[in-house]
Amino acid sequence: MSSLEVHPAESHKGLLSFLAGLPGVDQVGAEARAAALGTRSIKKESKIWAIDMAISMVDLTTLEGADTAGKVKAMSSKALHPDPADPSTPSVAAVCVYGDLVYAAREVVGDRIHVAAVATAFPSGRASLGVKLADTKEAVAAGADEIDMVIDRGAFLTGNFGKVFDEIVAVKQACGTAHLKVILETGELKTLDNVRKASWLAMKAGADFIKTSTGKVTPAATLPVTLVMLEAVRDYYQETNTRIGVKAAGGIKTSKDAIKYLVLVNETVGDAWLTPDLFRFGASTLLNDLLLQRQKMITGHYSGPDYVTID
Amino acid sequence: MIGNDRVGVRKTHKLFIGGAFPRSESGRTYEVINTRGEFLANIAKASRKDARDAVISARTGFNSWSKASAYNRGQVLYRIAEVMEGRKEQFINDIQDAEGTSNKKATTQTDQAIDRVVWYAGWADKYSQVLGNTNPVSGPFFNFSVPEPTGVVAAVAPQDSSLLGLISVIAPIIVSGNSVIVIASMNSPIPAITLSECLATSDVIAGNINILTGDPAEIMPSLASHLDVNALDLTGITDPELHASLEIEAAGSVKRVRSSPINPQWQVTPTLSRVRAFTEIKTVWHPMGIL
Repeated sequence: MSSLEVHPAESHKGLLSFLAGLPGVDQVGAEARAAALGTRSIKKESKIWAIDMAISMVDLTTLEGADTAGKVKAMSSKALHPDPADPSTPSVAAVCVYGDLVYAAREVVGDRIHVAAVATAFPSGRASLGVKLADTKEAVAAGADEIDMVIDRGAFLTGNFGKVFDEIVAVKQACGTAHLKVILETGELKTLDNVRKASWLAMKAGADFIKTSTGKVTPAATLPVTLVMLEAVRDYYQETNTRIGVKAAGGIKTSKDAIKYLVLVNETVGDAWLTPDLFRFGASTLLNDLLLQRQKMITGHYSGPDYVTID
Repeated sequence: MIGNDRVGVRKTHKLFIGGAFPRSESGRTYEVINTRGEFLANIAKASRKDARDAVISARTGFNSWSKASAYNRGQVLYRIAEVMEGRKEQFINDIQDAEGTSNKKATTQTDQAIDRVVWYAGWADKYSQVLGNTNPVSGPFFNFSVPEPTGVVAAVAPQDSSLLGLISVIAPIIVSGNSVIVIASMNSPIPAITLSECLATSDVIAGNINILTGDPAEIMPSLASHLDVNALDLTGITDPELHASLEIEAAGSVKRVRSSPINPQWQVTPTLSRVRAFTEIKTVWHPMGIL
């Protein structure tokens, strides 16, 4: 708590003037660009590649009040072997659960894939910094090697960027070696200008990944929002030579959607980002659709929901 | 074609999928002509992807339609008949154009088609009494069998009877709670299009009835091998080779198949055999205990 008090607003002068100096986003242009890239026709071979790439980028997620250790374990097995009938199917990148269930996921996946925990009073982020840090530390201690934190949107929207920045710095410190994904909750930020500001703020504060949404607010991930975030990541890379990852989460349900995102990544930041280390999908139902499309590609006939597991 | 100075409104009809009227994903259309060789309309030529989209809609439609009460299903079928009655003149014109029949014959076919919907509407809450049963068993069990809808049915409407035949295929499939993807008569699809406009304004659940226009020989193979389709109705498939190959494809996922009838008499009042063809019998053993 005291760390906030010893950082008076003046110490953020550089940050504040930088954020104020960021050029605005051309919203119409961003939407048009995202829509144009979404119409690309993807041929069969590229689609097979894209589906496997998308599967390997999924953070298989369950964030329900009704989650149990059993459900998390079942989901973790699925994360390792998404299609048990076809061992050539890649594993997903990570499982994403609440902090208190990290142990259950870790038990099943060992160190074969990552375990991400949402922390810092997810999804609202309405708690004191002390609580948020304790939440983070507990998840890391339980075995999470990735932490998905939410920013304080209230502070952001009232212009208190310094507070948001300090919180990210503090949480990053609490993470230790765990990777930090910063959830901007773009659905609550309202404008693309804010998305660009929040992206820069999070990257400057030490985020390893910036993530669109919690999945609890509508709209969640959209193509234009992801485009703006990817552009920020690209500009940050040009300035610092550091590659920051992007995670699109919430509302991506079909393979078609997922492939649109891959096109967007490739065209905005380049193929260096087409790896699970730098781009992720936060999703639960998306994986099943990817598996159905994969089965279609391999067998030649359309598959159905009876042929993949529920959850 | 049209008198005075009016510019004709040339029509390009669309598909009926999930309660909406999309163009074919492929962007293709074909022309239909009447029996005198005059242009009638452009018709969307559905592709395999349209069929795939229709299956997704039909599955969604099935999930709610199969849970509707039998009484409610009967009401919805009756409502279809009501809306069709209001469009009677249009159906009669469509049939005359499509089949080149007299006004009298077209009127008879339309009346029979509407009556057929009413006939099946009446069966909605009665067919399970006829097809189901309590079974005598040797043991202290109350044992009974009930028919349940099989799921998503892909059907090919007869090529010649453009409205009565079409209705006689659709109604028995949906009355028990199934969803249907029906491919209309390729050469006479316009009555089916008018029907889809009736369906869109009746209380049919979106996705419960999906009407595709195009070539069954192109569309049906992907539906026959589709793992999320539960049954096929091959009524309109007259080519024996295609019929056989569809049956083989269907066997891959153990689908029910209703074969093409040899000499269909659509004007004759049907039996429950078409309803039974798309149901699964569930048998329940209930312990009676000591009373």
